[in-house]
Amino acid sequence: MKFGIVSFPGSNCDDDAVFAATETLGQPAVKLWHKSHDLEGSDVIVLPGGFSYGDYLRAGAIARFSPIMREVAAHAERGGPVIGICNGFQIACEAGLLPGALMRNAGLQFLSMPVTIRVEHTGTHWTSQCHEGQRLTMPIAHGEGRYTVDAATLERVEGEGLVVFRYVDANGEPTDDANVNGSLDNIAGVRNAAGNVVGLMPHPERALDPLLGSADGRVLFESVLATVHA
Amino acid sequence: MKSFRVSVHIVPRKGLLDPQGKAVADALHTLGFQAVGGVHVGRHLLIDTTATDAAAAEASVREMCARLLANPVTEDFEIAGVSAS
Repeated sequence: MKFGIVSFPGSNCDDDAVFAATETLGQPAVKLWHKSHDLEGSDVIVLPGGFSYGDYLRAGAIARFSPIMREVAAHAERGGPVIGICNGFQIACEAGLLPGALMRNAGLQFLSMPVTIRVEHTGTHWTSQCHEGQRLTMPIAHGEGRYTVDAATLERVEGEGLVVFRYVDANGEPTDDANVNGSLDNIAGVRNAAGNVVGLMPHPERALDPLLGSADGRVLFESVLATVHA
Repeated sequence: MKSFRVSVHIVPRKGLLDPQGKAVADALHTLGFQAVGGVHVGRHLLIDTTATDAAAAEASVREMCARLLANPVTEDFEIAGVSAS
């Protein structure tokens, strides 16, 4: 299964995503330059973290118009798996692949720390090997991660089970204290209706080895491998 | 075609938490400007463009706002002015 990792100018987690595919999963991976029109036969697309276009205008706002995004949208439309991590989540929201938007953290500070998230939905390509309620510890590193959506869309997002991850405390409860960036309903990640596109602020590709503090991110990559091979 | 400069204000949508605006308001209160009720921090863009007339220039910038300059989930925009340049 071939991973395609999109490199935008300012992406800085693309190599981590390549490592996740090649070293952790033993799968081939190719970096896709944002100006390309070709996914080069990739089965899975990763929109990695970073600061594409310097976060000019809004985080992700300009990257969504990169030529490769047209191909990524077509891939998603065909049911191909896509994950947006951190800046990639912001780009996926700006591109309309996922509902909502990410705003400045409620506390205004850039947050770089481990967080615990709870798996809310296992019917996605990226959580099929998780169990519902499973807690995962992964790092976050963002200044604009406060998930926001209008009231009507929030009703749909919650009603249709589009929330995939929530920030929780040590007891697995979505408390205000655990909601580090002030996201609506502690939302850390969402999916599209079909479940092939998932976006999240935490970094699973930086949680692949206990040496780095957590290996909880592996299950997302193992999930997509299992789903595509199924 | 004539040249125009279109001025656009983009502000956080009403009712959404605006922590940046709140931080600025708090700082103003600390400085003694107790009369300040609220602050909203947004963006101000000056767009130089050509169009057949001012109305066309404004319409074009409205479309730019809808498609790129403002995020409809989180931001509102208003055309603050259109001037011949």
